Amino acid sequence: MIIEALAFYALAGILTLSGLMVITVKNPVHSVLFLILGFFNAAGLFVLLGAEFIAMILVIVYVGAVAVLFLFVVMMLDINFNDLRKGAMQYVPIGLIIGAVLLTELVLVYKAWQFAPQIAENMASPVANYAGLTNTEALGHILYTDYVYPFQIAGLILFVAMIGAIVLTHRTRPGVRKQSVASQQARKASDVLEIKKVETGAGA
Amino acid sequence: MVIGLEHYLALAAVLFTIGVFGIFLNRKNMIVILMSIELMLLAVNINFVAFSVFIGDLAGQVFTMFILTVAAAEAAIGLAILVTFFRNKGSIAVEDISDLRG
Repeated sequence: MIIEALAFYALAGILTLSGLMVITVKNPVHSVLFLILGFFNAAGLFVLLGAEFIAMILVIVYVGAVAVLFLFVVMMLDINFNDLRKGAMQYVPIGLIIGAVLLTELVLVYKAWQFAPQIAENMASPVANYAGLTNTEALGHILYTDYVYPFQIAGLILFVAMIGAIVLTHRTRPGVRKQSVASQQARKASDVLEIKKVETGAGA
Repeated sequence: MVIGLEHYLALAAVLFTIGVFGIFLNRKNMIVILMSIELMLLAVNINFVAFSVFIGDLAGQVFTMFILTVAAAEAAIGLAILVTFFRNKGSIAVEDISDLRG
């Protein structure tokens, strides 16, 4: 139990600190790296909670895809980040006020909140139905039965996002020499090859 | 020293607040704003998974996966718009993004 508490405080502490670093460091590349550290710690917290599948998905999707995407964009764009930080300090007081108000509200909600008495009857898919299965197996059982339509829609959302990102960033630059397979295939011998009949003895 | 639901809720609240504060602190830099949004979504995911585990209902973890899906799609589209905007304007400052106002 003490190990669990220590692990929680270590992971939560590093997660909070890296979250703070994400928003405060000057260099956005460092920001992204701290974001990756935070995601790893959140995945550790999910393992601690017993939600291993979500933890692994978090590492694969967030660290492997989203954070690397951020890293690529930050490194590819030639931006002067120092200009972007000018005058940022004038919004710190209002940001602190709004953050404090939000945190107070959240704490008040959590203090006043409790589980409804009829919660046991209202469960959508109780863990007790999947006793003896691992977290991943249990999730698979409900994801492909009860939630099969939302699952398909999630795939559709990713598909639309992929098409959208390609359409938005794709451009055809003029003056680039590229292989054109279609025109290569359409080339006929008669277009490029001419046979001249040369008289015997007349060829120089 | 039992780690209960409250610990996770407190962590998620702090992380969400950091995300909101990050938007104000980096008001001009759109990349860091997108990262702040990712932090807020992570806080929401922590809430979902913590509730799911402590109530004993797997639906919360399924929902977390859908949030992850939407977060990934949002990051991809957001960064694609950012790249396109940078190509056209040569800047990613938020106050330059006012074309839709006409």
